[in-house]
Amino acid sequence: MITKPVKQLLLSIVGPENYDDSKVECLVYSYDATPGYQAMPDAVIKPGCTAEVSDIVKVCSEYKIPIVPRGSGTNLSGGTCPMEGGLVLLFNRMNSLLEIDEENLTATVQPGLITLDLISAVEAKGLFYPPDPSSMKISTIGGNINENSGGLRGLKYGVTRDYVIGLEVVLPNGDIIHTGGKLAKDVAGYDLTKLMVGSEGTLGIVTEAILKLIPTPETTKTMLALYQDLDAAAQSVAKIISNKIIPVTLEFLDRPTLVVVEDFAKIGLPTDVEAVLLIEQDGPLEVVERDMKRMADICLEEKAVSVEIAETEADAAALKTARRTALSALARLKPTTILEDATVPRSEIAKMVRAINEIASKHDVNICTFGHAGDGNLHPTCITDARDHDEMERVELAFADIFAAAIDLGGTITGEHGVGAMKAPYLEWKLKKEGVAAMTAIKQAFDPNNIMNPGKIFAKESRKRVVVSS
Amino acid sequence: MTTVKEREAIASEFAEKMNEDELLNCMRCGFCLPHCPTYIESGLKESYSPRGRIALMKAVTDGLIEPDEDVERSLSLCLGCRACEPVCPSGVKYGHLLEEARDIIHQNKDHSFPVKTIRKAVFSGLFPHQERMQNMTSLLGFYQRSGLQYIARKTGVLSMLPDHLATMEKVLPKVPTKSEMKKRPTDLPSIGPVLKKVAFFSGCLMDTMFLETNKATLKLLQLAGCEIVIPKSQACCGALHGHSGEKEGAKRLAKRNIEAFEADEVDYIITNAGGCGAFLIDYDHLLQDEPTWHERAIAFTNKLKDISEILVDLRFHEKTRLKLPAQTVTFQDSCHLRNVMNTSIAPRILLQAIEGIDFREMKDADRCCGSAGIYNIVESEMSMKILDTKMAHTKSTQADIVVTANPGCLLQMQLGIEREKMGDCTKAVHIADLLVEAAAL
Ligand SMILES: Cc1cc2nc3c(=O)[nH]c(=O)nc-3n(C[C@H](O)[C@H](O)[C@H](O)COP(=O)(O)OP(=O)(O)OC[C@H]3O[C@@H](n4cnc5c(N)ncnc54)[C@H](O)[C@@H]3O)c2cc1C
Ligand code: SF4
Ligand code: SF4
Repeated sequence: MITKPVKQLLLSIVGPENYDDSKVECLVYSYDATPGYQAMPDAVIKPGCTAEVSDIVKVCSEYKIPIVPRGSGTNLSGGTCPMEGGLVLLFNRMNSLLEIDEENLTATVQPGLITLDLISAVEAKGLFYPPDPSSMKISTIGGNINENSGGLRGLKYGVTRDYVIGLEVVLPNGDIIHTGGKLAKDVAGYDLTKLMVGSEGTLGIVTEAILKLIPTPETTKTMLALYQDLDAAAQSVAKIISNKIIPVTLEFLDRPTLVVVEDFAKIGLPTDVEAVLLIEQDGPLEVVERDMKRMADICLEEKAVSVEIAETEADAAALKTARRTALSALARLKPTTILEDATVPRSEIAKMVRAINEIASKHDVNICTFGHAGDGNLHPTCITDARDHDEMERVELAFADIFAAAIDLGGTITGEHGVGAMKAPYLEWKLKKEGVAAMTAIKQAFDPNNIMNPGKIFAKESRKRVVVSS
Repeated sequence: MTTVKEREAIASEFAEKMNEDELLNCMRCGFCLPHCPTYIESGLKESYSPRGRIALMKAVTDGLIEPDEDVERSLSLCLGCRACEPVCPSGVKYGHLLEEARDIIHQNKDHSFPVKTIRKAVFSGLFPHQERMQNMTSLLGFYQRSGLQYIARKTGVLSMLPDHLATMEKVLPKVPTKSEMKKRPTDLPSIGPVLKKVAFFSGCLMDTMFLETNKATLKLLQLAGCEIVIPKSQACCGALHGHSGEKEGAKRLAKRNIEAFEADEVDYIITNAGGCGAFLIDYDHLLQDEPTWHERAIAFTNKLKDISEILVDLRFHEKTRLKLPAQTVTFQDSCHLRNVMNTSIAPRILLQAIEGIDFREMKDADRCCGSAGIYNIVESEMSMKILDTKMAHTKSTQADIVVTANPGCLLQMQLGIEREKMGDCTKAVHIADLLVEAAAL
């Protein structure tokens, strides 16, 4: 609850145009892209600078008001749903690209900057910022950092964590700290930068970030391998990697996903095959050509029905764009689309895909699968209808089985979308009690009043681990 | 103000009438946000975005919030440009949701007396009656020709109008005389061999204030090899009604048009106003609850085509020499033509076929100009913000001519040119007028 005097304090920090507690404004920030989560905040606030953020946090800390930092709300784990009310903190006004430093190869940005705007600006200077989540047209850097987002280029270039080298953070007591910097090397004390990345707004508020850039690769080529057999596609992934080729992109889409993506994108994707792999390599021309040839051969050996290299850049871009719409396009099939994020070691991809299909038929639910096959990060996506309560229960059971299967294969419950509220009950499956206790201790040290995005990552109760039958 | 009783009535109709599946189809991914002009111009306000508006409609439908003034504000600030639709991977039919919501709100509101009178005059008195449209346009003609306009401008009474309306007065086209408007032929032969038989949707504004453009359109059709009929009993398309929450009125007009255009066997029904075309092509949705009409509506909509599409189909630009003095030209998409009728390439093909012109694409040509029916009058502040951005993009092309494909956009671009005092070097024209000029007809 925000009392009148507290509201006055907040208003005096940001001014009336940047504070809103009307029903409408609260409602439109009561949810994010995660189905099934909705809760009203008490107010929405838009700070204009770090000092204002710090002042807001001090007020919240004193009056124990929850703060939910929010980028574009595209996370898929309920991470920005204000489950315990409080303030939704927006970065609409803190969205500048402050600097591109061509000598040190860094970019300094404010958290509200849209990922694609950063990527475009950097590319205009002949540089490269690899993390490219499918949501990049709309996601913010602050959100990317706090979810440690990955993307189509993650296999070769890693995830957001690998590019964040310095941060300005407002801690839950209002202190402003700076971690890391434009340095290539820095081992002074604990690595707070890396700790903040992926912390899902539970440890502090990122108000500025220094990101590492790299030179743009000379060439890029994209190809599509078609399969009539899921296993064959999965086998190809394992074999490409075990042949010591690391492509930029190695994405997987099954047939139901292909059909809807084609329906939306209309770029002539095949819809009569069981699976496709979207493969991309970049680097010096000779290397790219050699790798593409070897990967094409491997796919054909593994019974791909055809392998096709995109002729033009426009074709290649269309393929990637189409892949990026997979999730939203699946939402065409049925009203509710629940996407999961199970991740396994690359070598286990085929087993995982098979397990997902078995689990789907065991619980009689409709699951389509696509994802970053190359890094073992699959997105089994359930197409359902939240109004069908029976089915929703089966969906829950199916997902529990899927997480269990992933962990049994040496994997994890989330590869990039975060724990948030949605997977909090499963965190213990992955980390065990001791792991969760270590994390709780960190949280406690940073945020003793538990005002930073409460209800996320740490669940009140953990789920019982069921034993997977298959 | 909305009274408690009105709110309750609106809320219960939302629960009853809003398409729940469509509301649920929005998976809240936010892919539509960067395409929404009101979201951008409002400084990224989620409640002025498509995702926000859908959430609000859903919340009212679910009884989570009341349809208070802020909800209404959010919905009335929507341009209805539908730029959010083609980019939505989930395929949410936002336009239909908006239309239904607006209809419910307006039908359940006891509007104040002046608002009621104006709405009634416009929606029942004026637009459905071509005769009255002609009269009203003649009034404007009288104003322009009689010297009244001169006096009004000289004496400064116009300064009593809000700024942009006073400017709008200046940019209104010189309207035709009443007898010119009445002399409309009903059948026109093709020039050269007949390739297609088409019916022409003449529109109410297009056939009065923009009569010249209609004449140009007919000329182009004839030249492209079309035999033309212009059904006399056709009516206003109903877009203004549909977009302003007067669904019943829109339905009545739709039926009249379907009947009028069933009279002759034609290959296509041609429009030259993106706004009308998009509303006509949605008749099947408008009449979906009336089975017999629904089928007839489908037959009607299947025949609909924009002038630029048919010209390209009939290879008009390859068969006719198109030439203009050397100049730079840019194209401002009509939102509805692009987002609903799916026409964006054909006009560009035609323009690029004109010798002498240097075609330059402006940044965000597909973004609404802020005209949007009567939006620029009722939501002038937002409209002018959107227009300012548009003019900045227009300026950077250094175009001599801004080509449009819809009367509303045409006026708005003229308004923009006037506001920016670019009139000496830039003008706005309808694509049909430019093509006729280029074909030296
Ligand atoms: C269609 C679709 C496709 C997607 N594809 C991918 C993909 O390929 N890869 C991937 O990794 N993810 C993907 N995502 C998930 C999501 O887009 C990412 O997690 C993204 O990084 C979230 O960015 P955002 O700006 O929307 O952040 P939000 O969702 O608003 O916030 C995410 C988290 O960060 C916190 N936060 C935000 N800003 C700050 C800040 N400045 N300081 C502290 N905490 C902050 C929030 O509290 C929340 O916990 C996808 C989502 C959708 C809807
Ligand atoms: S793009 Fe479509 S599904 Fe995504 S938020 Fe917008 S309307 Fe909803
Ligand atoms: S119709 Fe246009 S203004 Fe309205 S929500 Fe969609 S994009 Fe925004």
